Amino acid sequence: MTTGSTRIRSVPAKAPRLRRGGAAARRDGFWPWLFVLPLLGGIGLFYLWPIIQTAYFSFTEWGVFGGNTWSGLDNYVRLFADPQLYSALGNTLLYTAIVLLGIPIAVYLASLLNTPGLRFASFYRVLFFLPYVAMPTAVAMVWRIIFNGDFGILNYVLSLVGIDGPYWTSTPGFAMLAVAIVGLWSSLGFSMIILAAGLKNIPPELYEAAELDGATPWRRFTSVTVPLLTPSIFFVLIITTISSFQLFDLLYALLGSSNPVLPKSMSLVYFFYSQGFVSNDKGYAAAIAMVIFLIIGVVTLLQFRFQKRWVNND
Amino acid sequence: MKKPLTRTAIGFTAALGVAVLVAGCSSGSTAAPSGDYEAAASDLTAKITYGVWDQTQVDAIDANIAEFNKEYPNIDVNVNVTPWDSYWPKLQTQASSNTLPDLFWMNGPNFQTYGAADKLEPITGEVKADAIDPANYPAALNDLYTIDGVQYGVPKDYDTIGLWYNSDIFEKAGVALPTDDWTWDDFDAAASAISTALAGDGIYGAAGGMDGQTTYYNTIFQAGGEVISDDGKTSGFDSAATEKGLQFWTDLIDSGASPSIQQLSDTPAIQWFTSGKLGMLWSGSWSRTAVADSEFADVINVAALPHDEEQATVIHGVSNVVAASGKNKQAAQALQVFLASKEAQQQQGDMGAVIPAFTGTQQAFVDSAPNVNLQVFVDATEYARPYPVSANTAEWNAFENELLPDAFSGTVTVEEAAKSLAEKMNTVLAK
Repeated sequence: MTTGSTRIRSVPAKAPRLRRGGAAARRDGFWPWLFVLPLLGGIGLFYLWPIIQTAYFSFTEWGVFGGNTWSGLDNYVRLFADPQLYSALGNTLLYTAIVLLGIPIAVYLASLLNTPGLRFASFYRVLFFLPYVAMPTAVAMVWRIIFNGDFGILNYVLSLVGIDGPYWTSTPGFAMLAVAIVGLWSSLGFSMIILAAGLKNIPPELYEAAELDGATPWRRFTSVTVPLLTPSIFFVLIITTISSFQLFDLLYALLGSSNPVLPKSMSLVYFFYSQGFVSNDKGYAAAIAMVIFLIIGVVTLLQFRFQKRWVNND
Repeated sequence: MKKPLTRTAIGFTAALGVAVLVAGCSSGSTAAPSGDYEAAASDLTAKITYGVWDQTQVDAIDANIAEFNKEYPNIDVNVNVTPWDSYWPKLQTQASSNTLPDLFWMNGPNFQTYGAADKLEPITGEVKADAIDPANYPAALNDLYTIDGVQYGVPKDYDTIGLWYNSDIFEKAGVALPTDDWTWDDFDAAASAISTALAGDGIYGAAGGMDGQTTYYNTIFQAGGEVISDDGKTSGFDSAATEKGLQFWTDLIDSGASPSIQQLSDTPAIQWFTSGKLGMLWSGSWSRTAVADSEFADVINVAALPHDEEQATVIHGVSNVVAASGKNKQAAQALQVFLASKEAQQQQGDMGAVIPAFTGTQQAFVDSAPNVNLQVFVDATEYARPYPVSANTAEWNAFENELLPDAFSGTVTVEEAAKSLAEKMNTVLAK
């Protein structure tokens, strides 16, 4: 346990140094600012400024080629009365829920990969990580063929066990499920890499102690691995939730822009895209973007609020 | 010393912010279209950009420009190819900041958005100076690029729709081949006969409608209906004739002569056809390449679309337009005029790029596949109707995609879908 206690001590030790750093900044005048200016300028120009602009534009009405007029809360009033918003929100939540099911799977798989003495461990790691680095469009192309109702391999396999598979990507309901399955599958690799790094930080002595106490592998998994992995799980949860709320390219590429189920299977970001870039209603699209921004912000905030209850932070 | 420095830093940062603000607002230099034209002197020196989206046509375009440079050696033309998917978002951004290419390709659905916003230079001056004569191109194409009697684009090429068929499948099913004077009933009977006879092989007679241009726009016109009124202000979807044109496809799918809408969204009709699983396909002249590449190339031919109340097909074509905001309008117009000429379009056709729009330059296209009756697509210009568009085509196209599939699959009645489509379409047209 010595390593653990040093880690704890190092945390308060950092704080005063930070405070002294603040004093130094005051003393050094503008020099530190000069050095961070390129980064600050970049972030300000390409992240903060667009956010401020979008917030402003969400209160305006746009012509097709720019030129906006102030319209107050009109966009928001229209948005909250628009049934598309709620259906898009419902679809996005469904997608997020299914993709989040991948986290327990990733925890389990990561701990299997971390088994001491496992042969070809790095080969498996590459195998699981590949989908994450593949382009979503390319991934979607392949899955489209797999999901094909008449000639796809998935329905062929199902037919072998006597199940008459649906038209996955062209039946409302199943379409969202199909997208979520691919989303879950492709996010697994990223989650596993983060979790595997977390697993490496769990001191092996704990497992030895647990084993001496007679704990079964399952008990070691639930009482040692999972509790000590909660910070990594928390991080993966936040990142997966945010990226699930931003679902766009996978949906677009998997279903295709002329698919009849698309209007019923829109995600929030797709809804934003169709209003902003298909219907050229940029002010309205800005309002949708602000709502997405707020939803993600609130969800992330809530997650941070509740993390104290379950995340083991020492 | 330190405090003033900090203040300088703040001042500098603030100045930067203001500079950004100013930069953001300085894109408002508007250049209104004038409609003026004066033939460029042959020694005019200029650098212009020609914006296009089809890489496969670049060889023919380069050949055109080489000819153009014999006449105007000092006009330097830079051909800028942007792939289709990013062409329109890019063009929109360029139009917003008045940095459009000097000359560029325009299509029907997007034309009115740009024309009505004064982003395009009319060809009025060129027509007055006899540099361009619209009578040389199909009338329906001139109409497509005209707003309130003012024409903005010069037709460059066109496509029409025909009835592609696989004669092997007809033979196997024992059905007589399509002719150019088929009626809807002849078509339906043949499609059903093939689907029934060859059901065991998973072969269908024909494929239902998913996309307006190749399917239901044609039947709407054939039934005597309209998609949108001539002035582009009201929807035509709530008329009985238009509903009849839509019902055609619902009935075709319902009879089992066509794969279902779900099957067709999983595997597009053209793939069914080129894999030898479909007897007949309503598709454009552009399908020539896909057909020639398929293993059934030898047994595929084409006939005119079947007719109902009248003979009709949709015609669409790309046109060349000059940006109103261009700095070298005279040079851009010189190129526009050159590309409108018979010689330039003949060259396009000879190089096999497209069906050129200039009357009498289509023979090269017709000869490009001797076993296929491609003449059908050229003859179709006589009864062709312009691709239906309005000021905000994309908006109501989205409603079509949303509402019509349910009518074709029979989930709702055609009447119900058409009525609510007309209602939604009229609200966006009223804007």
